[in-house]
Amino acid sequence: MSTRIKYRIGKSTAFQALTVVLSASCVIPLLAILFYIIKAGITKINWSFITNVEKPVGEMGGGVAHALLGSIIIILMAALIAVPIGIMVGIYLGENKTSKLAYWSRLSVDILQGVPSIVIGIVAYIWMVKPFGYSAISGSIALSIMMLPIVVRSTEETLKLLPDSLREAAYALGMPFHRVILKVIVPCGISGILSGVMLSVARIAGETAPLLFTAFGCQFLSADIRKPMETLPHVVFKYAISPYNEWKELAWGASLILLLWVLLLNIITKVITRKWKVQL
Amino acid sequence: METSLDNTVVTRSEPSLRVITSNATQKNVKTAGREKRSHRQIRTESVFRRSLVIVSLCMVVLVLGILITLIVQSVPSLKALGVGYLWGKTWDPVRDIYGALPFLLGTLLTSFLALLISVPFSFAVAIFLGEYYPKGWMPDLLKNAVELIAAVPSVIYGFWGLAVMVPMVQKLETVIHVPPVGYGIFTSSLILAIMIIPYSASLGRSMIQMVPSSLKEAAYSLGATRWEVIRSVIIPYTRSGLFAGVLLSLGRALGETMAVTMVIGNTTSMPQNIFSTGNTMASVIANELGEADKHVYNAALIELGLVLFFVTVVINIIGKKIITKFSN
Repeated sequence: MSTRIKYRIGKSTAFQALTVVLSASCVIPLLAILFYIIKAGITKINWSFITNVEKPVGEMGGGVAHALLGSIIIILMAALIAVPIGIMVGIYLGENKTSKLAYWSRLSVDILQGVPSIVIGIVAYIWMVKPFGYSAISGSIALSIMMLPIVVRSTEETLKLLPDSLREAAYALGMPFHRVILKVIVPCGISGILSGVMLSVARIAGETAPLLFTAFGCQFLSADIRKPMETLPHVVFKYAISPYNEWKELAWGASLILLLWVLLLNIITKVITRKWKVQL
Repeated sequence: METSLDNTVVTRSEPSLRVITSNATQKNVKTAGREKRSHRQIRTESVFRRSLVIVSLCMVVLVLGILITLIVQSVPSLKALGVGYLWGKTWDPVRDIYGALPFLLGTLLTSFLALLISVPFSFAVAIFLGEYYPKGWMPDLLKNAVELIAAVPSVIYGFWGLAVMVPMVQKLETVIHVPPVGYGIFTSSLILAIMIIPYSASLGRSMIQMVPSSLKEAAYSLGATRWEVIRSVIIPYTRSGLFAGVLLSLGRALGETMAVTMVIGNTTSMPQNIFSTGNTMASVIANELGEADKHVYNAALIELGLVLFFVTVVINIIGKKIITKFSN
């Protein structure tokens, strides 16, 4: 072999090695974060941590029960708002591919997907907090705006993948439009729609920015959606930037719970998509 | 409906035929019920169709509403401060001076620095998964791991950055003789770089997988090495797609709030170099909107949000347009 060819092959191998090294090093920060959070958080988590609410600085045994409850309530409410709307818009977009409204609403979904979460927080703040004050429902509205594009997109994509013969068969039997959609199309695509919903919940479960000036945070166990409510991501933020060491310790526990919960949601979504062979 | 009515009239007027017609009447009643049902079905169908249209219209209204709300709410600041707001160098709410340049600069510096750091890594992942090792358990693991990077909440990145990155950067800063603060634009860029890897990596991977194998085989048959195929076939072919991925990453980086807020130091002076502390548009909103009681102050922050909205929307739309063009 001439030196020229050797040089070219060597260059090729070198590039391949570089690619492998760079790719592998992408995993390092992820592993570092997982390792660090688990190591620092695992000792903080015990029964009293999960069942107690925030204690004043200096008092031992504070917990995150209020944040857990708040997170669950706010996420459920957000899903309650976003899922029906998102699925309906997705159905419309899947069934009307070329109409003018479809074009504009698809563009709106695209825009919404790119809007930074903090801007959505501002909008929810203007719409809900300025007239009515801080409340859990305003946080849910902010989060539901963030969920919408994901639910719409996954519904639309799923419906597009279903063969037209399915629709035509149903129409040929004389089924009206709404029954074709609700009894044939949606059940056939339910796996895709469900994984979209799961994905959107996973996406918003860790969001803090839109909650900063909507749900705001609160020290007590509260289930009143018209009042401020604490959430898990916000409690991590609040404790992490506080100057008190005890609170920082609590923050590690809270982040571990948050991390596990978000990763769990993601893994469930993965399993669903893999099992039902959904393409998102 | 009408035919069935006629029939009943007939049966009534001719009682002798009742035995024979009773069968028919039953049938007619059945058709009547069926027709009533189908009428109901038709009504439900039109209601269903209409509600789909209305809800889709709501999406458009929602986005327009967001835009109009932001514009209307930033009017006081537009009026009081004018366009000069965007290049004013001082931000001092106490003296009612609002200039957004430090934050614009902070946002641009952190985002582009993050992009610069992350692009080699994300392209490497894209090439690794798209070209070198598309199948197998190792690449699968890498793919899932990269997707998990996007799943970790940004507040956790911020907290981890606070606990791990800040001391590391402090050490680095002592070595290169700059004030060892630890917080600052450089630290935020590092965290951001990690966070935005998945966006361009996953898009780049799917683009690279779309390169027709006939093109690659043609190059191989001419005696090209793997690297030469990548450089002169795959990258030129996927250039616009890779660029779109970078744009989407940039959109993410510009709007990222929590992680940046926690490690950037939150000072409102002009950033001197990449190691100085600063603030981005998103982080200043996160820090100050809750306590901005003055009318103009509040509006000035909302105007920052408006700028952020415009910039990210334009970037995202361009990216999306490129992707659709490429996929077709």
